Amino acid sequence: MNRSEPEEKVEDIEIRLLLEALFVRYHYDFRNYSMASLKRRLRQARQQLGFATFSAMQESLLHDPAMLPRLLRYLTVQVSEMFRDPDYFRAIRENVVPHLRTYPSLKVWIAGCSEGEELYSFVILFREEGLEERTIFYATDINQEALQAAEAGVYALDRLQLFTENHRKSGGTSSLSDYYQAAYGRVSFDRTLRRNVVFSDHSLVTDAVFGEMQLISCRNVMIYFDRKLQDRAIGLFSESLARKGFLGLGAKESLRFSRHASDFDDFVREEKIYQRRAT
Amino acid sequence: MSSLEAQAIVIGASAGALEALSAILPVLPKGFGLPIMIVVHVPPDRDSVLSELFQAKCGLLVKEAEDKEPILGGTVYFAPPGYHLLIEADKCLALSSDEPVLFSRPSIDVLFESAADAYGSGLIGVVLTGANQDGAKGLQAIVEAGGTALVQSPKGAFSSVMPEAAIKSVPTAIVMPPEQIATCLQNIRVRA
Repeated sequence: MNRSEPEEKVEDIEIRLLLEALFVRYHYDFRNYSMASLKRRLRQARQQLGFATFSAMQESLLHDPAMLPRLLRYLTVQVSEMFRDPDYFRAIRENVVPHLRTYPSLKVWIAGCSEGEELYSFVILFREEGLEERTIFYATDINQEALQAAEAGVYALDRLQLFTENHRKSGGTSSLSDYYQAAYGRVSFDRTLRRNVVFSDHSLVTDAVFGEMQLISCRNVMIYFDRKLQDRAIGLFSESLARKGFLGLGAKESLRFSRHASDFDDFVREEKIYQRRAT
Repeated sequence: MSSLEAQAIVIGASAGALEALSAILPVLPKGFGLPIMIVVHVPPDRDSVLSELFQAKCGLLVKEAEDKEPILGGTVYFAPPGYHLLIEADKCLALSSDEPVLFSRPSIDVLFESAADAYGSGLIGVVLTGANQDGAKGLQAIVEAGGTALVQSPKGAFSSVMPEAAIKSVPTAIVMPPEQIATCLQNIRVRA
C-alpha cells in the first residue's frame, strides 16, 4: 500500500515481543495497555536510552535487570498535581464525606498513586474534615521508584503555587503551607500525614482484592488500559468496595462501557463519582 | 485534487482556530463520510465549548472525544482540554494525561503521529493557524506514512508561526486558505 508500511510492521512485532519479554522475565504486564500512548512512551524510552531498535532494547532488558527500572520510569510514572481537578475534591468533601462520617473506621484506596500527589490531597482533606484518625489509606502503584517518591513526599517548590491554588479552589479549610517545609528549592510534606498510610506494590492488571474499602480513587490510570483491562480493574474495584462504598474516576473516564456498570450508581455524575450498589 | 482518497482527517489549530475552523467545518455537508479528529489548544482548566459551538453550525455530528470510543465516519471529534487525543490501531479514540508536548496538552503532534500509525496512507493532516511549532513533527510523520499534508496559507492566517513551521517541516505540503481546504476536503472520496 505504501513504502513505509512493512517497516512499521516490524516495529509493531518488536514492541509485542518486548512486552512479552517484560512479562515473562519480570512479571510486569503491559500487554493489554492502550497501545497508542504506550507506543509513544516506548519510542521515547528507546531514543533516550540510546537503542537503535526495540529488539536491541529487549536484549538489554532480558540480560540486565538494571534496565528494568529505567524502562519502567518511561512506562508508568505519571506527573499529577495535588488537588487536581479541584471540583472533584470539592464533591468528595461536600457529598461523600457526610456519608463517610457515619462509619467508625474507614479504608481508602488510592490506586495508581504514582508519586503521591493524590494521596496527600486525600489525607489533608480527611484531616481537615476530622476523619484522618479513623482512616487507613492504601497507596498502591506498580512502580517501586514512584512508591518511594510517594513515601518521601518531596516535591519541587515551583509546583506548590499550583497545588496551593488547587487546594483553595477545592474548598480547603486550612492553609497548604501548614503541611510542608521548604528548603533548597524543594518542599517536604509533614511525616505525620503518612501516619495512617500503607504504601504497597499492587497491580490492577495481575493482583487481587486486598481489603474492603469505603472509598477508592483511581484517576487517569484506566485510560492507559484497553477495554478488557479496564473491565478487569473495574471488577476489582467493585469487589473491593463495601456496599454503598464510593469510586472516583478521572474526568474523562466512565463506567459506561463496562460490564460492571450495573454494580454502580452515579453519585456525583459530573465529577465521575460512583456509589457501589447495595446488592 | 479530485482523485484524493482517504479514511480519516486530522486537524490541528491554535491561536485563531475558531475563525479558521468556521471556514471549514460548517461547509462539510451531511453525509460527509470521513471522521475528523481535531486538536485545538485550549486552557486545561476550562470546559471546552468547542463541540457545542460547532455542533450549532455544522451538518455533521460534532462531539468531544471519549476514551476508547469507536471512530465513526461523518463525525467531528474534538480533543478534551487537558488530555492528549490518540488513535488506536483498531480505529478507536484514546485519551492520555501524559505530560504536555511543546507546552501543549492536547498536542497536535501526539494526535498526528498516532493517527499516522493507525491510518498510514489513508490519512489527511491539516495544520491551521497558530503561534507555536506544534503539528510540524506530526505532519511529517503523516507524510512519511504515505498520507497527505494540507497547511493553511501563512499569509492571511491569524498567526503564521504554526503553518510556517509545518511547511518548513513538510515542504511538499499543499498550501491554501481555509476556504479552499474546505473545498478540497469535500472532494475526498472515502476509501473502503
